[in-house]
Parts: sequence; C-alpha cells; structure tokens
Amino acid sequence: MATLNINGRDVTVDVPTDMPILWVLRDVVGLTGTKFGCGMALCGACTVQLDGQPIRSCVTPVAAAAGKKITTIEAIGETPAGKKVQQAWLDLEVVQCGYCQSGQIMSASALLAKNAHPSDADIDGAMSGNICRCGTYPRIRAAIKQAAKGA
Amino acid sequence: MTTHTVSRRDFVVVLTAAGGGLLLGCRVGDRSGTATAAAAAPPPAFAPNAFIRIGTDGRVTLVMNQVEMGQGTYTSMPMLIAEELEVGLDQVQLEHAPPDDKLYANPFFGDQETGGSSSVRGFYEPLRRAGATARTMLVAAAAQTWDVDVASCRAKRGVVTHTPSGRTLSYGALAEKAAKLPVPDKVALKDPKDFTLIGTPAKRLDKAEKVNGKAQYGIDVRLPGMKIATVAASPVLGGKVAGLDEAKAMAIPGVRQIVNLGDVVAVVADHMWAAKQGLAALAIRWDDGPNGNVSTADVVQGLDAASQQPGVVARTQGHIAEAVAGAARKIDAVYQVPFLAHATMEPMNCTVHVRQDGCEVWTGSQTLSRAQATAARVTGLPLEKVVVHNHFLGGGFGRRLEFDWVTQAVRIGQKVEGPVKVVWTREEDMQHEFYRPYYYDRMAAGLDASGKPVAWSHRIVGPAILARYLPPAFKNGLDSDAVDAAVFLTYDIPAIQVEFVRHEEPVLNTTFWRGVGPTHNIFVMESFMDELAAAAKADPVEYRRALLSKVPRARAVLDLAAKAAGWGRPLPAGHGRGVALLYSWWGSYLAEVAEVEVSKAGEVRVHRIVCAVDCGTVINPDIVTAQIEGGVNFGISGALWGEVTLKNGRVEQSNFHNYRVLRMNEAPTVEVHLVPSLEAPGGIGEPGTSITAPALANAIFAATGKRLRRLPVKDQLRSA
Repeated sequence: MATLNINGRDVTVDVPTDMPILWVLRDVVGLTGTKFGCGMALCGACTVQLDGQPIRSCVTPVAAAAGKKITTIEAIGETPAGKKVQQAWLDLEVVQCGYCQSGQIMSASALLAKNAHPSDADIDGAMSGNICRCGTYPRIRAAIKQAAKGA
Repeated sequence: MTTHTVSRRDFVVVLTAAGGGLLLGCRVGDRSGTATAAAAAPPPAFAPNAFIRIGTDGRVTLVMNQVEMGQGTYTSMPMLIAEELEVGLDQVQLEHAPPDDKLYANPFFGDQETGGSSSVRGFYEPLRRAGATARTMLVAAAAQTWDVDVASCRAKRGVVTHTPSGRTLSYGALAEKAAKLPVPDKVALKDPKDFTLIGTPAKRLDKAEKVNGKAQYGIDVRLPGMKIATVAASPVLGGKVAGLDEAKAMAIPGVRQIVNLGDVVAVVADHMWAAKQGLAALAIRWDDGPNGNVSTADVVQGLDAASQQPGVVARTQGHIAEAVAGAARKIDAVYQVPFLAHATMEPMNCTVHVRQDGCEVWTGSQTLSRAQATAARVTGLPLEKVVVHNHFLGGGFGRRLEFDWVTQAVRIGQKVEGPVKVVWTREEDMQHEFYRPYYYDRMAAGLDASGKPVAWSHRIVGPAILARYLPPAFKNGLDSDAVDAAVFLTYDIPAIQVEFVRHEEPVLNTTFWRGVGPTHNIFVMESFMDELAAAAKADPVEYRRALLSKVPRARAVLDLAAKAAGWGRPLPAGHGRGVALLYSWWGSYLAEVAEVEVSKAGEVRVHRIVCAVDCGTVINPDIVTAQIEGGVNFGISGALWGEVTLKNGRVEQSNFHNYRVLRMNEAPTVEVHLVPSLEAPGGIGEPGTSITAPALANAIFAATGKRLRRLPVKDQLRSA
C-alpha cells in the first residue's frame, strides 16, 4: 500500500514500491493524460511534476513520491505557469497528433515556474528531453516565449 | 471523448436516419472541449448523408471519415462541410466514423484509408457537396414552412432567414421537416470567391483536449474488468518460440495469464508494469527460422544484383540510348536509402473484447475497414459482428495503414476472458515495424557541351508495396508509389527514362513512410540534379531554373524560395545552402532551401529551412504551414540519423537512444511561404518530409564538397 498525493488529492494504491509512477497513474488511478512513449526516460512523453520538478514517470518508482506532490497534465492548468503555457499552446496552434504534448507542457510549465524569462538556451536545456515526432518544435519554442511574455 | 454503448432504441433510430449507414462511435469532445458521452444526445432528426446529422436541438454532428493523426483533418474536413452547410466551426461536434467502405471510402484508394496526403484532395468536393445538400434541404424546408420562394431565403450560422420579412428558423427547428424532403441529386457549390471559411486560418478543433490530457488515444482505453498485456513476437521474421519459463512469469504479482501463440507470447496482467516484468521473466528462447543469419549487407547485395538488370519502363521520352551515347559528358551514380522505422510516439496498441457472438476493437487506425476485416477473419465472425472504435492517433506516418497489431491483439483476445488491452513496449514497436523499404537507385545522365542535360535515366530498385497493399494499383509490373515523383520529373530534358525493378527482400515487413515514393525518389533526383549542376559548374538554382520554362508553377516556387532564403548571399566558412524542388502525384509544387553548418568533426547542424509551397487552393493556411514545419523536421530526423539495420535477422535499433530523432535543441527555423492559387488542392501532409533530405544533402555538398549518395548522413562526414 502506498499513499500518493496526486493533483492535491491523497490516493491510496496497492502496488509494488518499485512500480513506476507512470503505470500507477495510467493503469491504477486512471489518469491517462500522462503518456507512455519509451519506458527509458528518453522521450519525455511521461513527464509529470514531483514537487514542481519535471520527472520522467516511466522510470521513477512510486517510492520516490512518498511525502511529495505529484502534478499531472490533468491539473497543471491550476498552476499559474501551467495555465499560461496551456493558453499559449492554444493561441499558437501548437498541437498536431498531440500525443507528446502532455509531456511537453509539463516540462515547459516547470521551466516557466522557476525561470520567468527563459532564453533560447534555457528552452533547449529544459525541452530537449521531450521528443515530438510531428515536429512541432518551432511552435513549442514560440509558445514558451509567448507564455513568458504574459508573466 | 468517452466511449459508450448505443442503446438498442438509439441504434435503430440512428440506423434508419442514416439511410442504412451504421453510425456508431463516440463524440470527439464538444464545443467547450469537454468530453461528453454521445448517448446524452437525442437521436438525430436529419441525416441527409453519412457525414452530417442535425438534431431537433440544433446540434450539428459531423462524422469524420478521414482520421486525425496530427495533420489537421479534424479541422480541414469540418471546414469543407461547414462552408457549404453554413454553420460555424464553433457550432459543430465531431465523431469518429465507424468502418464502412461503402460510405467512407477514400476515392483514390477505394477503401477507408487516410494516407498519401489525400484527404483534402479526395474530399474537397464530396464534403462540400454533403454540406450543400443538407443546407439546400434545410432552406427548402424553411421556404415550404413560410410558403415563400427558396431564392428569398438565406442560411447562415445554422439559421435560415427569409430575407424580405426577416423571419428566421433554426436548423434544429427545421430538421424534422428537412428529413422528409427528397435528397436532391444536384446542388450548386459556392464559387470560391464566396468562401468565408475555406482559406482562413481557422483554429484546430482538436486542440483543447490535446493540451489538457483529455484527448483519448487508443492506448487510453479503459474498460471495466480490462486486463493489460504486453507482447514479444519473434525478433526474427518467421521465427518461433522454442521455450519459455512460464512459472517464473506467473510468479510476478499481478500477472494473470501467459498466452503463447507460437510466433508471439503475451503476458496478461493487472497493469503494464506487471506485464513487462512478466515478459522479462519468461526468458523466451526463439527458433529463428530461415532468416536468422540475415544482415543489412545481404539485403544491399540483393538489391545491387537486381539493379544490374533493366526494369519495367515507367516513363520514356525521346531516345535515351542515343541521347546518352551522343552526350558530350556522361555522369553515373548509385543512390541508396535505408530501412526506416516510423517510431510514432504512441506505440502500437489495441484493445479487444472477443465474445462468442461478437468482437469489439478499440484502436487508432489509418485504415478502419481493414482493422475490422482482420478481426472478422481471425474470429470467423461476420463483418457486422465486429465493432471498431477509432481514436485519435498518436502519430501515423503510414505505420497505422497496417493492421498487424490488430490481428495480433484479436488472436490474444480470443484466449482471454473479458477485455484486454495489448500494448507494445517501445522496443517491441521499433523491432516489429513495417519499415520504409531499402531502395537502391542507378542514375545516369548525359550533358551537352554547354553542361545542359540531354539525357536522364533513373532506375529504381525496391519492393512493390502496392502489389501487397492495393493490388489493383499494381499494374503491368509497375508500382505507382515506388516511381512517384520520378515519373513526374519536371525538368525540360529531351530524353528521359524511368524504370522500376521489383525486388522483394522478405526479411523485414515494409510499408509506406511519410512522403511515400517521393521521400525516396526526390532525394535521389534532386541530389543527382545537383551533381549535374556541379559538373556543369553552374549555380544549382540557375541550373534548375533554366530547365523549368515550361512549368511556371515549379519555377515560381523555386524563385520564391531562393529569394526568401537569400540565395547567393555569403555564408560563414563551414556553412552551405542547398536547394531542392518537388512535384509528384500529390499535385503540389515545393521548393526548399536548407542552410547547414558542418563542424570539423563532421556533425551537421541545420540552421534554417525556407520552403515555398504552391499546393493549389488552400483550405487552412496555418495548418498547411504547420504540416510543412513538421514534415521538414520529420525529414531531418530521417536524413541525418534514420536507419534501421539488421544483424542475425534482428533489428539492431530498439529505442530512441539508438534510433536518433530530432530534438528541440537541434530543430532549425522553418519559414514557409505559400503561393496564392486557385488550382485544385494538392497534398500537403508529406511533401515537407520528402523535399528535406535532398536540400540538406545539397547544402552539405555546398559546405564541404562531399556528395552524399547514401542516407542517413550519420557519420559519413566524420574525419577519419
């Protein structure tokens, strides 16, 4: 048994302690906005925030979340940075297939929460772990800058 | 989007209203982007065709026959209908179409397919006609109600107004009456100058749910009592299971069942983590079969041998042999492009519930009716007993034109009590793809004394995907996809010959990859054209331009791209610009200028891409731009690093660490320039990919003097 704080709610789950957070969210709790892409922290599709830090939930065991707050795409819009990022994503028509975008938004929101005016290099640093096969990178970069403007 | 079961009453009403069409499915969000079950909607009062339903409450539902995999069809298709139906995009809700070739076939392919950049081209007229038909009937119903001339009535935003009196009736109020009117055979379509929606950068209708995690992909399906399975198929095509340790896998908590089908093993569990651990614990031993020793070199050897023989002539013009013999200078080259994985971000997955008397399938497919047919074949059930629920696709790129994972999931589902979701790991996905084939091309050209080309010979060697996929399209030994673009060479050259040598290498499954035939052929053609320009010591843009006097649209995009890119302006050392031109079956003309930097260590950095596009009538300029941006980036991944190789019959790549794809820090600026045009719409989802490899290769040549005749670039520029 483990008690996790997910999106401000305590949830008790009966899972092994080494089970990655990704599968707890998707297969046990039923929050499917967080996506499976690679299982090796290579693509970023599974990015969630742990106490505001972006983490790859496909390789992070539930044990690592003890006493910490997990935020997922379903609730990131309730944070100031997340709200701005989502709005910028909508304003600039970023999405294509959309599958990677939960992870992109989680990484971008974490970046803006700690760095209100990221440079291109900051954006590269924060976003290079998130692959988009549709190639929406130019719009992601522009949307992060737009969200920063609204800061 | 929430899945639901239509009640028997709803079902009958829907069936009747749709004139026999089976309209199951589920809504794709609603106006506010909140997913709501379609079951809450009243039965539609008016459904003049398979694409439009209007309820008495005024609710307008548009049925999406072409699937959404990022390319914007769930915005462009509604725009086509809404333009003529006279409703706002904010007034419609979308629904995934069920499988039905009779109602939803793509006119180019004859079945329900989304591929080949054909959605707008194929449905530009049919969907406008569907909208116009419904609007004509609603206006007629209003005119009848008021006993006035239809010509005195106008429709706008779902309301019909009798202009002289100002009386109005909403579509909802008119729906039942309109449904009783005969469906007109002929309706007038708007003059393009009267378009108010087509041609505007309307906002994507799928975006709200894609930024808040609510969009439902196949992998997100959750059903009561559902188990989750992951699989291992033979790592060598044609191999079989030789042994496994079932007890060890069953000992993992959460593992419920092992399904061994001989060529594939599934571990069925409570969740993916248990399934993955169970699969590892099985320690499967494989009997590799006849392909166990195959390597990439064997494949290339086979292609090279096949390339020595002439092929089926796909295009001939002038006298090629004489023209080559009489040329002042001859140039030959062999070009090669590798096997490629699609590597969609959403790994292959399919949920099935197989019962005695029926089968339900939940997945994301580019070819729904094939998914349905395979489930029927496997189960032995009649087609109508197989229900397929489509979803948003987490990337397609041609991979989801196949249905191998559906077949596999149904076979597994037959052995499992209740619903089961089969999810491939990334490794399973990358190593059990249907890959872009390896192609091997022989080029030859003759130049006259001034350096102008007088002969062009292109021999393409590779498999005939269409012979398997769409047999009617494979005629006289010719695969029209394999030779696409090559047969449409736009340059004015007196003697042209294009041949196709069919050579199958059945060690890997192969299929279409974003950009299909042109992705391979344009790389070869435009690289070779650059070689000719270099041999003639001519500027690559000027050399091409001089051969395009008869094709003004091609020349116009070339001029536009060159101008916008600042062609000819000096660049720092180590930088280079390359140009490429594209025309193919898609009907779109593109020119691209790439600017790259090659480091001393041989690493390529793409700084800037400028692309000029004439794709005829544009439905949504912002989506066209986005497709070029994305297509270019997809093309860069493939050109610089994309390569699937074989060793001992096994694919050597397994995940994104050894199948490298473009990332944010490597993505260039992409500038897209659209040429205004009233020509018929051309395809746009793929050409950005197809044109990028040659533009990069030519830029690399400009920067380094090294001509790359084989992709990917990878370490070919590395100093020894």
